[in-house]
Amino acid sequence: MSDTLRGKAAIVGIGNTRRWHAPGRSAFDQLEEAAFLALEDCGLTLGDVDALYCAHSTSGLPVLNVAERLGLGANLRHADGTMVGGASFLFHMRSAISALNSGQCDVALICYGSNQASAGGQLAPMPDPQPYEAPYSPRYPISSYALAAARHMHEFGTTREQLAEVALAARAWAQMNPDALERGPLTLDDVMGARMISDPLSKADCCLVTDGGAALVLTRADRARDLASSPVYVLGTGVAVSHRQISQMPDLTQSAAAISGPAALLEAGLGIKDIDHVMLYDAFTICTLMFLEDLGFCAKGEGGDFVASGAISPGGTLPVNTNGGGLSCNHPGMYGLFTVLEAVQQLRGTAGKRQIKDAEVALAHANGGVLSSQATVILGTSATI
Amino acid sequence: MPHDTRFNGPGPDAQWKAALAEGRFAIQRCDDCNAAQFPPTVTCRSCHGAALKMIPASGKGTVYSTTTVRSRERTYNVSIVALAEGPRMMARVEGDPEAVRIGQAVTARMAQGESTVVVFDPEGLA
Repeated sequence: MSDTLRGKAAIVGIGNTRRWHAPGRSAFDQLEEAAFLALEDCGLTLGDVDALYCAHSTSGLPVLNVAERLGLGANLRHADGTMVGGASFLFHMRSAISALNSGQCDVALICYGSNQASAGGQLAPMPDPQPYEAPYSPRYPISSYALAAARHMHEFGTTREQLAEVALAARAWAQMNPDALERGPLTLDDVMGARMISDPLSKADCCLVTDGGAALVLTRADRARDLASSPVYVLGTGVAVSHRQISQMPDLTQSAAAISGPAALLEAGLGIKDIDHVMLYDAFTICTLMFLEDLGFCAKGEGGDFVASGAISPGGTLPVNTNGGGLSCNHPGMYGLFTVLEAVQQLRGTAGKRQIKDAEVALAHANGGVLSSQATVILGTSATI
Repeated sequence: MPHDTRFNGPGPDAQWKAALAEGRFAIQRCDDCNAAQFPPTVTCRSCHGAALKMIPASGKGTVYSTTTVRSRERTYNVSIVALAEGPRMMARVEGDPEAVRIGQAVTARMAQGESTVVVFDPEGLA
């Protein structure tokens, strides 16, 4: 195991614009601000960056746009614009860690920005037509997730009330996060009474639509120790893809998180019981429930009972989506990077009222497409190295 | 210019469209591994070979999952149908959208709209 990448790279800087509704700012404006903040967080500058990772739903050439705007061209030695939806940035982390540790770069910047909300509140259509599904007019992406939820209900007896518990837990955490967009009271009746969009998912099962920008800076672990912030080490990463169209998902009740999660844990040399803090990309309530099962926090089919027991709510046995998640904090189109930012905050001990006591190992998991791409990262404090 | 003859002729998307335009519902079968597949592609997703042929679909299937989509204008069904041959496809089950059930037997037919599409009727109503 001497050639393992466990702990060989660290997140040294994070940036979050916290601008969830920012008319007059473009997606790239959000990205640039987040990148600047992430570098400032660790005492580096844009001039130190020699590797760039980004993905956009509205730009086909994001690396070129961002490198030009940030003035990175002269120093750039490694880049990756892999686009697999909201999980892209965790795929980028895996790519960056390899590049850092093979000496192909020294300072890696992973960044994202979106003006999804102020640009009209809809997901900008991606140039990615699906001619075998489009004739049936599924609402994209919610109908795909609704089909997965309906199958989960059919096979395991999962109920709408259990899905609602995911939304209620997210809101309870959001109420402890001053940065969360939705912090008002939310009841089971509110969720159950929300307008149905694609059965069995209602508006209350859906993530928010916001603007926002996020960025993080990765270096090799030896350099990380000399920087301004306390490093958060990357103990393991795993990625997996299973399909593009929901009709081609091998099993609608099991995502490829069942592959990416164990891969990340294996590299980290840890088991699921070692995880203190969990971030799961909750584009829809069914996502949280499925990923809890697929990652092994509970058995397949028991996600409904698990969330209904209060396990993932404040005071429960497993702190999940402590920022309020995509359901109640923010969701600027492709939210994946925000799962990592919250995990870093928790491991740094800077999460304020929602801080998890003695958190040393965090798992961040992101999803992309329509349950299509899955990526898991395991993060740890210096005590885990 | 020399081409590999195994890949001559119209591509699989064009073959599918041509069949649909003639009112035929076609899927693919692999001459190497015998797997049936949909949507059509150049290489077999099961054995990764290059011996796929278009064949007529039986049109028999069961509902694998289903959702009722509710827009302001209309309420309609979107389902994933498991074809008797094995592959799954997105489709619409006709009739009352809220009456569609997972596991229900359905039969394909061609529906004319802006273009021809494959839809399914609940078995017994076809």
